[in-house]
Amino acid sequence: MSAPKYWREMAQRYRFEAVKCKKCGRVLFPPRLVCPACKSREFENTRINDKGTIETYTIVRIPPSQFTDEAPYPVAIVNMGDNVRVLCQVADCEPEELKIGMPVRLEFRKIQQEGSSGILAYGYKCVPE
Amino acid sequence: MVGIVGYGAYIPRNRIKVEEIAKVWGADAPSYKRGLQLREKSVPSPDQDTITMSVEATKNALKRAEIDPQDIGAVYIGSESHPYAVKPSGTVLAEAIGATPDCHCADYEFACKAGSEGMFVAMSLVKAGEMKYALGIGADTSQGAPGDALEYSASAGAAAFIFGKENVLAECLYTHSWMTDTPDFWRREHQFYPSHGGRFTGEPAYFRTIMGCAKALLEKSKMKPEDFAYAVFHQPNGKFPMTVGKRIGFKTEQMEQGWLCPTLGNTYSGASPIGLTSILDVAKPGDLIFMVSYGSGAGSDGFIFKATDKLPGVQNKAVHTRAMLDSERRKYLDYGTYSKFRGKIKLRGE
Ligand SMILES: [Zn+2]
Repeated sequence: MSAPKYWREMAQRYRFEAVKCKKCGRVLFPPRLVCPACKSREFENTRINDKGTIETYTIVRIPPSQFTDEAPYPVAIVNMGDNVRVLCQVADCEPEELKIGMPVRLEFRKIQQEGSSGILAYGYKCVPE
Repeated sequence: MVGIVGYGAYIPRNRIKVEEIAKVWGADAPSYKRGLQLREKSVPSPDQDTITMSVEATKNALKRAEIDPQDIGAVYIGSESHPYAVKPSGTVLAEAIGATPDCHCADYEFACKAGSEGMFVAMSLVKAGEMKYALGIGADTSQGAPGDALEYSASAGAAAFIFGKENVLAECLYTHSWMTDTPDFWRREHQFYPSHGGRFTGEPAYFRTIMGCAKALLEKSKMKPEDFAYAVFHQPNGKFPMTVGKRIGFKTEQMEQGWLCPTLGNTYSGASPIGLTSILDVAKPGDLIFMVSYGSGAGSDGFIFKATDKLPGVQNKAVHTRAMLDSERRKYLDYGTYSKFRGKIKLRGE
């Protein structure tokens, strides 16, 4: 991950900043310019909450090179409420513990590092509640 | 009134037992457990470091303080395991909690007293009226060289304290700092593991410094050990804090609540600060709390806090420190997994 790309996405990666449509109330994460429900362009800032439930998951056994020492690791789609779903790694959880509908909480973790000299990228993973 | 308006801790869920480490090095586990008064220690996951644990501890502190993070005027993380050699830890934290951009930030270092240093400066800035709130954190994911005595104790954890003047949970009545140049423990640039002076780390370093600070703090406050409900000292192992506390005049009952080392290990910059969070979890209005940290090199920061009637109302707003320490989700690692988690195994091309 390049430093500029990482930096541009910080508000979402670090603080889960989202927007709420002023017309129809739809919450969008990540934020968009136009509301897909009502086409409005007026939003107010909001934040998605830090608790959710696992909607579905998979276990990555053949990982990309920067995740070699973490495999096997689960990746889940988590329902955060307000029609918001996030895709993230599940930490502190054995693959056999995973269940659909399992309550989870978001925790701040190191997401990846660029070799031994690049930047450290931080963000959220979910952990069993 | 100036003092703590929010506090929180974070302890990772992994543990390793003294037996598991001793087995690998052919050491005698019972004598280590007796000598160090330590049974197991916390271990961070590969995706956890001083920054991530500081963020989680601060989120717990914010749950109790219920303030706007934009009002935090300073962010100080004290650690000897800042993830970057060059680039601050505090900027990531401040961004993650939403305290940027109008904020003063510095990373502190002073072996194990870096955390209390951050607390001391944060408290002083609020007292001076420079800002509404300031955040001081002690966090570490320290390592001991494989097979070294330090490997049995070096663990991971964080504690965060927000200082302010309104809705104070524990008033800071007195502080005192005491330090000399004493080379008992060090790590030179580019060295992965620290070095220490063996027995020299005890009497002339740990004991002399903590007792120097504690005596000066008692004289300054005109208080006696029996006036305090709780006392907490830096805990490099389970034995030292109890010994130093008794020498000063404290009793076991005053020290047990903040004495986490037997099952937590030595969280370095987090040690006495995490002990303090455990005390704040149960303290009652009017209780006096005595805290002295210790950092090799060597120095101590001492604090006297007095719990207010606001404290009981927020104790349950975030997870208790003992609940994290004794969590049912603790995971015990074998030495192989522990070595992998702590990056002790070097892969090809690294
Ligand atoms: Zn809309």
